Amino acid sequence: MSDWVYMGEGLRVTYGRRTVLRVDELTVRAGNLLGIVGPSGAGKSTLLRVLALLEPPTEGVLYFGGSSEPVRWPPPLDVRRRVTMVFQRPLLLSDSVFRNVAYGLRARGSDNVRPRVEQALEMVGLAHMAHAAAHTLSGGELQRVALARALVLEPDVLLLDEPTANLDPYNVSVIEEALKRLRHHNHTTIVLVTHNVFQARRLADRVMFLLDGECVEAADAETFFESPKDPRTRAFVRGEMVY
Amino acid sequence: MLWGSPQRRRGHPKRIEALHGLGGESKRRRCAINEIWEGIKQAALLLWHLDPEVMHIVAVSLRVSGTALLLSAAIGIPLGAWLGFSRFVGRRLVVALLYTGMGLPPVVVGLFVYLLLSQSGPLGSLNAAWIPRLFTVGAMVVAQVIISFPLVAGFTMAAVKGVDPSLRQQLISLGATEWQATLAVLREARFGVIVSVIAGFGSIISEVGAVMLVGGNIEGSTRVLTTAIVLETRRGNFSLAIALALILLSLSFLSNILMLRLQGKTA
Ligand SMILES: Nc1ncnc2c1ncn2[C@@H]1O[C@H](COP(=O)(O)OP(=O)(O)OP(=O)(O)O)[C@@H](O)[C@H]1O
Ligand SMILES: [Mg+2]
Repeated sequence: MSDWVYMGEGLRVTYGRRTVLRVDELTVRAGNLLGIVGPSGAGKSTLLRVLALLEPPTEGVLYFGGSSEPVRWPPPLDVRRRVTMVFQRPLLLSDSVFRNVAYGLRARGSDNVRPRVEQALEMVGLAHMAHAAAHTLSGGELQRVALARALVLEPDVLLLDEPTANLDPYNVSVIEEALKRLRHHNHTTIVLVTHNVFQARRLADRVMFLLDGECVEAADAETFFESPKDPRTRAFVRGEMVY
Repeated sequence: MLWGSPQRRRGHPKRIEALHGLGGESKRRRCAINEIWEGIKQAALLLWHLDPEVMHIVAVSLRVSGTALLLSAAIGIPLGAWLGFSRFVGRRLVVALLYTGMGLPPVVVGLFVYLLLSQSGPLGSLNAAWIPRLFTVGAMVVAQVIISFPLVAGFTMAAVKGVDPSLRQQLISLGATEWQATLAVLREARFGVIVSVIAGFGSIISEVGAVMLVGGNIEGSTRVLTTAIVLETRRGNFSLAIALALILLSLSFLSNILMLRLQGKTA
């Protein structure tokens, strides 16, 4: 297995006439946790959809999983099943929590569905809610079910869009611990989009700062936070307005 | 009791048949209220005794509209789902055509099918076994399918479009195939899809122009509730007409109740 999971060159995403993402170079190393930070509207979710192989970049090439061939569109099922993205807005099926979490396993025709679903719900602290109907859940519960639904699949690559945005500090730490375990025990590659620079600092090996669709800076976490090159990164990390 | 004398209520089918004529006699009476009241009483008797003629007409109606509805659902649900999901050049044109189809006057559909299937028409002249002949149940089914499938497709499309498009992407990202994701979204829209089928049923069970034209209202074969009501009213057989009208009303009422309940669930 090669040591990178994604390599991108000259990636552009354009909607209508607006180019909302311009990333000239991107590398995500296997088993790493890449944090993506940036203000609202910077293009973080857009980048994640491209990495999830859900949307082709308008321009540029993307390599995935050590393959020397660029990703084909639409990507073959076995390729895209190695990646799972958890959307920013948790969208559940109008069904029970259990069936929502079981969805991806059942789509794959996997066995041992019940114990695996129960274990995933355990990881997000919702083992007691397996039989609740999705529409009765609170915002934070919804978000944790959406996360469990991806964790249960044990994908090679996990793409998380603001997975703790609606959570209280205790549950934030539950999720963060779960992510750390995934990375250390399963060697899952994780890309984590977060508004919270402190969370990026706690979890990330590498951090990328997106501003207005452009990658301003990408560096190892320590360099990124201690000695960023770009003044805008410095300002963002300090919580100042950057534009 | 409320209707007729005890003998009449106990009367066997033959007696009931004889009652059909009563409306004719009452025509001579000038008092319309009495006539209607008498008609309702006789109608109740016909229903109570499951009059064979009435039951046969109901059976033909349900068979024709039921078959047409199954075919409409088989065409309309996939078509509506496809229009709801896909984006392609010319989609707006197809949707505009569909909306036109939803509002087609049934009698115009009847005329169109009549011309197609008549002996000298483009389909009728082929004399192929799979092409239904005019004045048969098959011709009525064809007309009713044309009337109802745009409704089923249109309402299904609306139901599918009502589901957040990101849900589909999310399911794909959880490893669903395109087909699995489509089924899951249809399942999310299921109440809307059922409503579309019920709306389709409502549009054909109560339709008269098209079935009259292409079915010909032949007694014992193509006579359905609506065309029988027209005929019996003209003949002055108000009891039979009212009995049939009550059945038609109940069918519409039941399907509308079902639709309202399901719409309540979607909201
Ligand atoms: N499907 C789309 N069509 C048109 N514009 C889009 C589409 N998706 C995103 N955009 C635009 O692209 C820009 C980047 O959006 P994106 O969702 O990637 O931002 P983000 O960094 O995730 O923001 P946030 O932190 O608020 O979630 C936004 O200005 C948005 O309006
Ligand atoms: Mg976003």
